[in-house]
Amino acid sequence: MRLERDVFYIILASLLLMVAIPWTAGLLSEEIFFEWPFFFEVAIGGLLSGVMYSLVALGFVLIFKASGVFNFAQGAMVLFAALTLVGLNEMGLPMWLAIIATLIVMLVLAMAIERVVLRSLVNQEHIILFMATIGIAYFLDGFGQTIWGSEVKILDLGFSQNPDFYFGGLILINDFDLIAAVIAGILVIVLALFFQYTRIGRALRAVADDHQAALSVGIPLKHIWVIVWAVAGIVALVAGIMWGSKLGVQFSLALIALKALPVLILGGFTSIPGAIIGGLLIGAGEKLAEVFIAPMIGGGIEDWFAYMLALAFLVFRPQGLFGEKIIERV
Amino acid sequence: MFYREAGEFKASYKADQAILPIRQDRWFIWAILAVAFLVIPAVSSDYWLGTIMLPFLILALAAIGLNVLTGYAGQLSLGTGGFMATGAFAAYKLATMFPGMHILLVLLFSGTITAGVGILFGIPSLRIKGFYLAVATLASQFFLIWMFNKFGWFTNYSSSGVISAPPMTAIGDVLVTGAHATVTAKYLFALSIVTLLALITKNLVRSNIGREWMAVRDMDIAAEIIGIKMLPTKLKAFAYSSFLCGIAGALWAFVHTGSVEPLAFDVNRSFQILFMIIIGGLGSIMGAFLGSAFIVLLPIFLSNAPHWFGLDIPVDLISHIEAMVFGALIIFFLIVEPHGLARLWQITKEKLRLWPFPY
Repeated sequence: MRLERDVFYIILASLLLMVAIPWTAGLLSEEIFFEWPFFFEVAIGGLLSGVMYSLVALGFVLIFKASGVFNFAQGAMVLFAALTLVGLNEMGLPMWLAIIATLIVMLVLAMAIERVVLRSLVNQEHIILFMATIGIAYFLDGFGQTIWGSEVKILDLGFSQNPDFYFGGLILINDFDLIAAVIAGILVIVLALFFQYTRIGRALRAVADDHQAALSVGIPLKHIWVIVWAVAGIVALVAGIMWGSKLGVQFSLALIALKALPVLILGGFTSIPGAIIGGLLIGAGEKLAEVFIAPMIGGGIEDWFAYMLALAFLVFRPQGLFGEKIIERV
Repeated sequence: MFYREAGEFKASYKADQAILPIRQDRWFIWAILAVAFLVIPAVSSDYWLGTIMLPFLILALAAIGLNVLTGYAGQLSLGTGGFMATGAFAAYKLATMFPGMHILLVLLFSGTITAGVGILFGIPSLRIKGFYLAVATLASQFFLIWMFNKFGWFTNYSSSGVISAPPMTAIGDVLVTGAHATVTAKYLFALSIVTLLALITKNLVRSNIGREWMAVRDMDIAAEIIGIKMLPTKLKAFAYSSFLCGIAGALWAFVHTGSVEPLAFDVNRSFQILFMIIIGGLGSIMGAFLGSAFIVLLPIFLSNAPHWFGLDIPVDLISHIEAMVFGALIIFFLIVEPHGLARLWQITKEKLRLWPFPY
């Protein structure tokens, strides 16, 4: 029942997006270049960059689900992971070894955060924990750049960045973006399986539902937190590799965290599929709006379009597409 | 021994309900005001007044504004920078449209305009709260800054996008804005305004309106049941908070930097002010000042500290270490005292009341 309704909403939303944007573009201005292949090209480009947003949002969702902490440091973790990877690679480690080393670093980081920050702040209000994660974000930004330097680094994975034609030679797509999308897809499936079928996954879901109840059936909360922060760290590493090889490893990576917020609103704070679909919708919507609507009102609307979309969404469906209805109406 | 209310008898309701019922508190505040108005301008150099005291005062005003919204009314906001920018640009437009207007009127009207914008972006708060509201206010932050950058009307079609504040006088012909104003005049002007607004706010949060805000913050459903209307109460909080932030923005642009640029009010400014009220203490006017002092002074201290120890560290490394120490200190403060510096101050006072004979 619920799922069908949700799917219906999503199809409705994407149809609206598909119709509304070309329509307004065509109606309001004669100067804007509009053709269907070009439209799809922009849409697919947007979807693929949406994959990146999804990856960051995924880290948020994982931690929010398991501990109710709104982890502002996810963006900083992305930057830190990418910096560590590139730094280790530059020191002469081969890529695969550097990736493993970075994974270990992220695990240690998760343990440190649990030990130093979360355990000391147990039972505090949400806003205090939120502030603490902002503190972690500052610390990681500073720490990573102190150790590895702040100049833009190039992360080369050996994939081609040249666009190729797909779909019968109609649409131009970047190969790299496709690979990124596939990797993101695999990651999501692995995570979904992990959450659904493993013992730890079940424990994580139990903690997400009710801390007290989980504790009383003997689930060790501390270990769960370490695990979930470590998983979020791994997701951050994947996101860092993707963004880093696309844009270069630099400070602006940490700012993606802010873009993940509207993604979360759209998808719902507690839903993994929601994070993915929210990211795709925001990515596509943002690019389409930038190309087809922005010229009418002066351009550069990419900065705030996602937030306004989220704002509009909040009015009609505050729990997001897939979120649980935990939001308290006043 | 020195700080106690024993022996202070109140003969009227007025005396009983005064802002500071304890005599020593009153002396303390008068002493602070005397130091701020008389001693600091006399002994400080222009550097201290201009780069430390002015930002401290103006950001404290913005922090009071955010504290009204977040600390008293319980509505988390990340749009402070946007509202400050609105105040700054409103003041600029008013000052250039009506060149004869007195600066106090300009500040008042720019605050009022910002209050209107605040109400507009406060409307979603009626349906959502917590982090959802934070994202909604983040939308206002990005949208407002984009708008001021994009449309030439706001900057009077200046080609660089950065505009300088016109020189204006406060009392007589003492300049308080523009390049020829003395730092002391600027400081005293900002100090007077901040003192006045802090006093008004202190009284407001003790009044009916303030109690309504706190009731909404503590439990909105209970507040509604005892007859507090959500719509006016929340919008009042947004309006008054934005009013203060708007004036702070106008002061920042006119009195402190002397130029109006959207970049000064980006999302980092919003976070900075949120830090101030969390470190200072949510729901406390005193806390806004303490937090502002902490956040303004800490980076200056951190960037100067290596020189005192004779270390020579490159500038970019210092800024990274600064961020690191800053983050660590925030976490440290949250762990040690989640209710902020204002709570520490309160504890000190409670201890002092018994000192030196605790039994």
